[in-house]
Amino acid sequence: MMFLVLRRLAQAFLILLGVAAITFVLLYALPADPARMIAGRSATAQTVANIRHELGLDQPLLVQFWHYLTNLLSGNLGRSYAQKTDVWTLIVARLPATLTLMLAGIAVEVILGLTLGTIAAIRRGGFVDRLVMMASFVGVSAPQFVVALLLLYVFAVTLGWFPMSGYGTLAHVVLPATTLGVLGAGWYARMVRSAMIDVLNQDYVRTARAKGLSSRRIIFRHALPNAILPIIAMIGIDIGQFMGGVVVVEAVYGWPGIGQLAWQAIQQVDIPIIMGVTLTSALAIVIGNLLADLIAPVIDPRIRTR
Amino acid sequence: MFKSWLRMTTMATVVALAPLSVMAQDAPKQGGDIIVTYKDDIATLDPAIGYDWVNWSMIKSLYSRLMDYEPGTPKLVPSLAESFTVSDDGLTYTFKLRKGVKFSNGREVVASDVKYSIERAVNPKTQGPGAGFFGAIKGFEDVTGGKSETLAGIETPDAGTVVFTLSRPDATFLHVLAINFASVVPKEAVEAAGGDFGKKPVGSGTFILKDWTIGQKLVFERNKDYFVKDVPHVDSFTVEVGQEPLVALLRLQKGEVDIAGDGIPPAKFLEIKNSADGPKMIVDGEQLHTGYITLNTKVKPFDNVKVRQAVNMAINKDRVTRILNGRATPANQPLPPLMPGYDKSFTGYTYDVAKAKALLAEAGFADGFETTLYSTNTDPQPRIAQAIQQDLAAVGIKAEVRALAQANVISAGGTEGEAPMIWSGGMAWIADFPDPSNFYGPILGCSGAVAGGWNWSWYCNKDLDARAVAADSMSDPAKGAERTAAWGEIFTDIMADAPWVPVINERRVVAKSLRMGGADNVYIDPTRVINYDAIYVNQ
Repeated sequence: MMFLVLRRLAQAFLILLGVAAITFVLLYALPADPARMIAGRSATAQTVANIRHELGLDQPLLVQFWHYLTNLLSGNLGRSYAQKTDVWTLIVARLPATLTLMLAGIAVEVILGLTLGTIAAIRRGGFVDRLVMMASFVGVSAPQFVVALLLLYVFAVTLGWFPMSGYGTLAHVVLPATTLGVLGAGWYARMVRSAMIDVLNQDYVRTARAKGLSSRRIIFRHALPNAILPIIAMIGIDIGQFMGGVVVVEAVYGWPGIGQLAWQAIQQVDIPIIMGVTLTSALAIVIGNLLADLIAPVIDPRIRTR
Repeated sequence: MFKSWLRMTTMATVVALAPLSVMAQDAPKQGGDIIVTYKDDIATLDPAIGYDWVNWSMIKSLYSRLMDYEPGTPKLVPSLAESFTVSDDGLTYTFKLRKGVKFSNGREVVASDVKYSIERAVNPKTQGPGAGFFGAIKGFEDVTGGKSETLAGIETPDAGTVVFTLSRPDATFLHVLAINFASVVPKEAVEAAGGDFGKKPVGSGTFILKDWTIGQKLVFERNKDYFVKDVPHVDSFTVEVGQEPLVALLRLQKGEVDIAGDGIPPAKFLEIKNSADGPKMIVDGEQLHTGYITLNTKVKPFDNVKVRQAVNMAINKDRVTRILNGRATPANQPLPPLMPGYDKSFTGYTYDVAKAKALLAEAGFADGFETTLYSTNTDPQPRIAQAIQQDLAAVGIKAEVRALAQANVISAGGTEGEAPMIWSGGMAWIADFPDPSNFYGPILGCSGAVAGGWNWSWYCNKDLDARAVAADSMSDPAKGAERTAAWGEIFTDIMADAPWVPVINERRVVAKSLRMGGADNVYIDPTRVINYDAIYVNQ
């Protein structure tokens, strides 16, 4: 176990280094000049050159990357070009919002996905199964923007149950988390359903049935723990995805997370922020996968012996 | 002559200090807390750095400057300055500061603060986009070139006097002193903030920043010590950021929001306009803006003036206006109608497909040609680019639309020979100050036609450049009308060479709740967008 953790940590470090290198090269290869953007439209060539020098953009790419890496190792993500503020401060200020939304969204999708998937598996081929599968299909393919606006219109504007936007209370989190959860739950429901069907066909389930165990006991005690494994792996992936990819949901609900920060930074070619958010998201993906790897053996002893 | 100018400006101050003249029809009420929303976060409130239309209004209210404008108008008046004189040669400006004005940290504003603030805005280390505006001050090149940190052209003989010496006459200098970059800041607060002054602003303006929750909201509270009595009117305004315009509008309709800063999304515009309360909620006003297509004079076949003229005749500007739900008026010259120098009698090139085709044939392109039209990729700009594409197709010009992120379009425009045509929508010119010269240098003059410049037509006419310099040298206020006329002619003469297709003058739309008071022109103030100092709540 210890070896696994160490190996994964080493891998994580290499992955982050790779992400940093690739993002850095891609961003600096953009045909857009950050100095020009900062200098504004009335600036003289001299001003642009001065700014480029101040930012170190006139140095060779390798030198710039080396500076970036050495700063990174000392925990310095650099300063935002547009906001002239420490990138880490900006990310930290927005991290709680994104983490809250991420955890709430995952909770919704897991609960919803597990419940629906299990019901569909038990009622395989029946009306309920078909209904769940159809709903999950819609959920998987619906655009985030549409679902977000639909929920907002029904539950905030028409019924007035929840605030339309903002952050801070439990009521604020319900609609954005549901939007994320509903969309993700489709995948979970489909996955749980097929895993459950697979497990329910196994010999040991048949044996358990023959022994006279109740359906509830068979499902919750024997089948579900075995069907849950792929879900854990998916949660790991979701952690990363939600960290960087909730731009639309954050935009619709005015949620002050790092998705919004990234979106604005992209508009302004604010490379330090884009780099910072990318690395934070990459770190989240790595941590998510690591957690999934560590939790899986706890739930399924077969993995431990492998 | 200059004494009379002084008398005039002093009188103007008196007018400005009296309850705002623009709202004479409805006395402003004191008090009330309001909520304003914007989609984008506020990048910075540092006046030497902030340069987007959202933070522009807030910076205006947080700080004061030697000069300012009467609310809702482009009329210059002394502000932090009590009075000023200009030497006969137009090279020396002497300002007397108003006494007893205090920064929000409690310290009195003195002359050295003015000097420090402008030097800071010019210093390359600040990385401010406003440095170029101060180019006429003596010693400017030494500071931008890194040879000096202080401007030789600013002297402070005593705590209440600032003297500017210019290296050349500059008729726009008083406007420059009213621009945000000339806002006066206290050195000790800038240094104490350790590079974070943009998040911890200290000024002597109408409001004080009380709280800033990054990514969520900013709370501005009325500066009770502001040097003009009964200004501002509201006790506080809270700016909520990250608000989708559609959601902001729904909240506005429910009464949760007072001003939806981003206006009304095109899809909702007619619905709101036709609703019962619509007319009272929509503020729709002209701004100093022109949207244009640049025709790159260094790229074939746009190096041929006949081709450029033909394209000018080929564009159906009414249709572009319709795409914007009527929130624009067709343009025929670079200057917008509100700008001094705008020529009402000038008709420019009228929409005439047959004539355009004939001109193209004359230029040797009877069968048309293929080219590329750049545009930014945010709605509705690609749709406007497509409309332009169709117009061009009608005269035989096949244009491929390349819709990219704004930064990439700016980069392509500033690279010689790269972008044949650019639709400027979303990045078009909005005046920094209400003077025609602001529409020339960077976007149509030779100085802007350089790598990384904003003259995307790469048009350089030495004769017009000389006339521009001559016009800007007329700093004697008595020659104001002559100067404005000279500038007006420059812009209509430019159209003979047709480096641009002036397409529209876009109007700005702001949505406000029914409880908000104040004339329309303080919600779309020509020099600051929303004038937070002048708006008020009807109790």
